[in-house]
Amino acid sequence: MTSATSRPNPVAASHGPAPTPAPPPRPKPAPPTGTPVRVTGAQSLVRSLEAVGAEVVFGIPGGTILPAYDPLLDSTKVRHVLVRHEQGAGHAATGYAQATGKVGVCMATSGPGATNLVTPLADANMDSVPVVAITGQQSRPLIGTDAFQEADICGITLPITKHNFLVTDPADIPRTIAEAFHIASTGRPGPVLVDIPKDVLQETTAFSWPPELRLPGYRPTTRPHGKQVREAAKMIVQARRPVLYVGGGVIKAQASKELLELAEMTGIPVVTTLMARGAFPDSHRQHLGMPGMHGSVPAVGAMQRADLLIALGARFDDRVTGQLSSFAPDAQVIHADIDPAEISKNRRADVPIVGDAREIITELIAAVRAEPKPKADLTPWWAQIEGWRKTFPAGYEWPADGTLSPQYVIERIGKLVGPDAVYTAGVGQHQMWAAQFINYEKPGTWINSGGLGTMGFAVPAAMGAKFGLPDTPVWAIDGDGCFQMTNQELATCAIEGAPIKVAVINNGNLGMVRQWQNLFYAERYSQTDLGTHKHRIPDFTLLAEALGCAGLRCDNKDDVDATIQRAMEINDRPVVIDFVVGKDAQVWPMVAAGTGNDEIMAARGIRPLFDEDDVSTEANITEEANSGE
Amino acid sequence: MSSHTLSVLVENKPGVLARVAGLFSRRGFNIESLAVGPTENPDVSRMTISVVVEDLPLEQVTKQLNKLVNVIKIVELDPSAAVRRELLLVKVRADATVRSQVLETVQLFRAKVVDVSPEALTIEATGTADKLEALLRMLEPYGVREMVQSGMVAIGRGPRSITATTVR
Repeated sequence: MTSATSRPNPVAASHGPAPTPAPPPRPKPAPPTGTPVRVTGAQSLVRSLEAVGAEVVFGIPGGTILPAYDPLLDSTKVRHVLVRHEQGAGHAATGYAQATGKVGVCMATSGPGATNLVTPLADANMDSVPVVAITGQQSRPLIGTDAFQEADICGITLPITKHNFLVTDPADIPRTIAEAFHIASTGRPGPVLVDIPKDVLQETTAFSWPPELRLPGYRPTTRPHGKQVREAAKMIVQARRPVLYVGGGVIKAQASKELLELAEMTGIPVVTTLMARGAFPDSHRQHLGMPGMHGSVPAVGAMQRADLLIALGARFDDRVTGQLSSFAPDAQVIHADIDPAEISKNRRADVPIVGDAREIITELIAAVRAEPKPKADLTPWWAQIEGWRKTFPAGYEWPADGTLSPQYVIERIGKLVGPDAVYTAGVGQHQMWAAQFINYEKPGTWINSGGLGTMGFAVPAAMGAKFGLPDTPVWAIDGDGCFQMTNQELATCAIEGAPIKVAVINNGNLGMVRQWQNLFYAERYSQTDLGTHKHRIPDFTLLAEALGCAGLRCDNKDDVDATIQRAMEINDRPVVIDFVVGKDAQVWPMVAAGTGNDEIMAARGIRPLFDEDDVSTEANITEEANSGE
Repeated sequence: MSSHTLSVLVENKPGVLARVAGLFSRRGFNIESLAVGPTENPDVSRMTISVVVEDLPLEQVTKQLNKLVNVIKIVELDPSAAVRRELLLVKVRADATVRSQVLETVQLFRAKVVDVSPEALTIEATGTADKLEALLRMLEPYGVREMVQSGMVAIGRGPRSITATTVR
């Protein structure tokens, strides 16, 4: 992979400030050799980051982290990206990590700098993303005295990080950084915060690499238990209505190739969760789509009627299961996950397998192959699934008022930009449509905030992804609500050279909330109209220009393709497209919160599973619903 | 619901108690009793945690505890194969007229008097929760002025050690 540091700065001379020539690198102290050298704590930190392989750090300096920024200026290995808000740094680190599979790094000062990282850390924790956050802290004598910009960030982030450290001795810096990266990236990945007091950064200490890790309580299990794998294989060959329920763990474990082999060998249908979109090719005949609240009818139906769920790196999240008591009532469960605490947390597993998804799938392939019993015939099962697929394909209605369809816009982006690009999303309707109507063929091409549901995720995550994969087109599919939460990072993108594309699906409203108000609150639209249509405040094209980006606008079907093409041609700066779309489009299918998945509605009032006996009467209505295709 | 006794070996580092206590509260598990202290290894502390839960939530408690990086090992102690003790200090109103009766109760329970004054006795007792409860019931009629009780500590019977192989 191309290092972000070696990339030419694509900022155009005509746009934004002229790129300042990089200052000649100052003479660097000798590289780490294993023998201790005398350095400051700050130098030790920067050397540790270099040694552990960090290439990009997203952050903002401030009082207590200042000492670390001095040696950072000299580093030729670590590139620092100066963001506009620490939340942007955190999500950028997350986007970088998800796009590259490496650990994302962010840095902030104490107090408000650190607390601004809370949301991205909680986000990374829910979605198991390897991120290391480094924060400055008040000097040791001042800790606990309510000093200026003091916040107990270790205490604050305790429940939302995989682990955190307060470094009280500069000699511990190399070991702590090594441990932080190790914990973040192994086992079930997650965020780790390292809090370093200012005087620890200033003190003189010894640096040597590699340090010895001291983690007696940290031993993630990666090798699956052979007996459990054989037990699972037996169930897999005997099942008549099996489903491979694939979660984000398959992407984290880089197990897509193995998954494809297992699926093709067994002929079992596959569903990919919101976190696993791209783990299995959407174009594959065996792929049924996304399960859950806004999942496809074939995916939800197959899970509900399954006699065996093979859960791989998935966690039976409430958005997937709906009402737990009526979820997949006839299914036995094989639950494979690297985190033992996920197994039987929500749904009891009949066969638990703890381990790395890739190792598990590899062993499952061998065990299924070795299974002496003949494989059950899946023909009737596939006939049932094909019935759902034929009657309830993914689709949408074109808005009756003649406004632009948001689903159409997103679908066209997917078609024109293609499966090699990286797509990020915020949270809400546009996120669900981006999950439904873009075809993902490869892992790591879909990056979103699944567990925490963080609005404003798209732009900074796209920025992070772009720094990780500078040669890959990165598209942020955003909503007008989300976009107004974090668009300041476009200034970072413009100045630091991350020409991302942002498609603002602008319906003038907090669309998903509005949809719920439409369905469940008697169409009383309380506080969901953002005025972006009514008043055109802000004007997103002008805002884009102000932030050093190209601003485009499209409000009718005929211009959609041309606008996307135009955006694809601009590569010297970020592009923001204001897609002005109708406000009444809704996300379907839908399982209403708190109800069982059997009550999935393909469109308003159409419940394919609940009304399975008289499907024929619904056929006319659904055909209409699919007219957008 | 039944009571379970967990022996948890943790790294002796600042903030570990907060991590354990925070985990219990945010996952909605109730701690009945908790005691922390040193072990024969200065790098390792031992927590004895008593929780009242069903079997399935208990499995979640131990799995979630195990995920804490500073937690080295968790062993559930079977009550029939473990010695479990709590410490009680209780100040009882006892003037000359009833002192001998109180002292008799102290002896019956193999407790100790650790402080005497003209109006009160301070008694130290160790034992299981049941025994200490019984002692308190006997002392109550005299007037309990103040009392303090420790969390439970427990250790398995027999020659085996749960700490022997833990710290590498």
